[in-house]
Amino acid sequence: MNQRLKAWHIASASILMLGFLDTTVLAQTPTATEDRLRQLEQTAALAQTSGDNAWMLTCAALVLMMTGPGLALFYGGLVRRKNVLATMMQSFTLMAVVTVLWALYGYTFAFGSWNWFIGDLRYALMHGVGAIPNATYAPTIPQQTFMVYQLMFAIITPALITGAFAERMKFSAMLVFMILWSTFVYFPLAHMVWGDGGLLNATLAGRIPTLDFAGGTVVHISSGISALICALYIGKRIGFPQQAMKPHNLTLSFIGACLLWVGWFGFNAGSALAANSLATSAFVATHFASAAAALGWVAVEWIRLGKPTVLGAISGAVAGLVAITPGAGFVTPMAALIIGVAAGAICYFMTSSVKRHFGYDDSLDVFGIHGAGGTLGALLTGIFATRAVNPIFKDAPVGLLDGHAAQLFNQGVGVLVAIIIAAVGSLIILKLVDVTIGLRVTREDEITGLDISQHGEEGYELVG
Amino acid sequence: MKKIEAIIRPHLLDAVKNALREIDVKGMTVSEVQGYGRQSGHTETYRGAEYQIDFIPKLKIEVIIPDEIEVAVVQAISKSAQTGKFGDGKIFILPINDVIRIRTGERGEAAL
Repeated sequence: MNQRLKAWHIASASILMLGFLDTTVLAQTPTATEDRLRQLEQTAALAQTSGDNAWMLTCAALVLMMTGPGLALFYGGLVRRKNVLATMMQSFTLMAVVTVLWALYGYTFAFGSWNWFIGDLRYALMHGVGAIPNATYAPTIPQQTFMVYQLMFAIITPALITGAFAERMKFSAMLVFMILWSTFVYFPLAHMVWGDGGLLNATLAGRIPTLDFAGGTVVHISSGISALICALYIGKRIGFPQQAMKPHNLTLSFIGACLLWVGWFGFNAGSALAANSLATSAFVATHFASAAAALGWVAVEWIRLGKPTVLGAISGAVAGLVAITPGAGFVTPMAALIIGVAAGAICYFMTSSVKRHFGYDDSLDVFGIHGAGGTLGALLTGIFATRAVNPIFKDAPVGLLDGHAAQLFNQGVGVLVAIIIAAVGSLIILKLVDVTIGLRVTREDEITGLDISQHGEEGYELVG
Repeated sequence: MKKIEAIIRPHLLDAVKNALREIDVKGMTVSEVQGYGRQSGHTETYRGAEYQIDFIPKLKIEVIIPDEIEVAVVQAISKSAQTGKFGDGKIFILPINDVIRIRTGERGEAAL
């Protein structure tokens, strides 16, 4: 209502202004000066909305690009040739399915306000989500822009999980699992961290203020932990790990990873929700962390195995992007370098040594990169966050090195809550889908490949 | 007529082709194949996981020749495809009953 009045004022002020243009004598009176000031203020506000909205729409598009084609190419190249289309199809399908869920009830569950765990139905079916900004979240852009930007996060999170059960899950089971997972894991978790009154929200009356600038807990820990549960529940691929399951086309993965890197600027810098200096800071931190992580991963690999690999470089870059996600808008460029190099080295050990030791088949290393990188990033955010970058608690210190040790504890609680919700939620949903329609394709279908068995198509027709 | 099949190292294809051209072999078919013999495979590493690759990429060349140049062809291939290490490949010699040129219907050596 307030916003509507404001818009009416802008319109009326503009008309008044036109009237004043040729009667400048009147402009000398106090009333005229006031009008003129108000008119100037409103023009400035409009200009800001225009700039912020342009940036945020661009960011929304960038984040969608991370899923398709970014993640689809990255994952598609990592699987065997007979599963390339099925893998891409999973990401692409989620672009469509989650969009519909978001429009119907996802947005309102995440960003309505009701209790610590979930939002109410105030925005159900896009009710009241239009041109007028939602002052609680992003006061300078239309709520529709905020809504569609957040939607892109809801799309990529389940798409990340598909890497864990790649090459063996039924398409129908994937579909049902993801609908339930979005509804009972993602929407509540997004509400808890970002929603008004959410349990972990740092600024909007949360019980345990957890810093998560762009989705370290909501996106990466939730998808990474769920991925591990999926991999454990559904079991190994036939032949794993005795049989070599080489990536069939690393050039596709390379292109995908580069698109992820670029798209991540929308993801992290866009999370400033305005075209301001915080966005710049997050942009720089994101870029620095990714670069340092690529180097960190490759360095460890080069020392241990004698060769710097392309897959190592691109995996490292993604690990760095994951790890900087929660802290992007809170840490300095130098802290970003440290977070990045740590993520590169640690995620390398997670995907090689740790995975081999325990023997689970997290096929495309969703847990090793997103689960581990996200957890690392969330904790390091508690250490490196500083009010010099983002005075989120007014003048009070933010992270451990800033003089607020309790934040590290809060981050730990946030991580734990995300892990529990993701693990328990995923396990129940997997069980449910398993006993109803079954999770896994038949042995024959798995050996034939999902492209033919699930979709009746092949990715490559090299002759003819 | 004979069919000479040879498995060779991929990077020596040009050398073999030139050697065969010099002794007037009129055509050749090449395919990419994988196999193993005495040459051990190699390891590839993906995210720290090492894979032993047993099947090594090779090229298979096939030429059909008149009987009288058989020795020369075998010599040419042996010489141009040899490095002296495991993995140089093998040459197989097979008899050919007949050859038909599809365009004209010519048969036998005239079709080579």
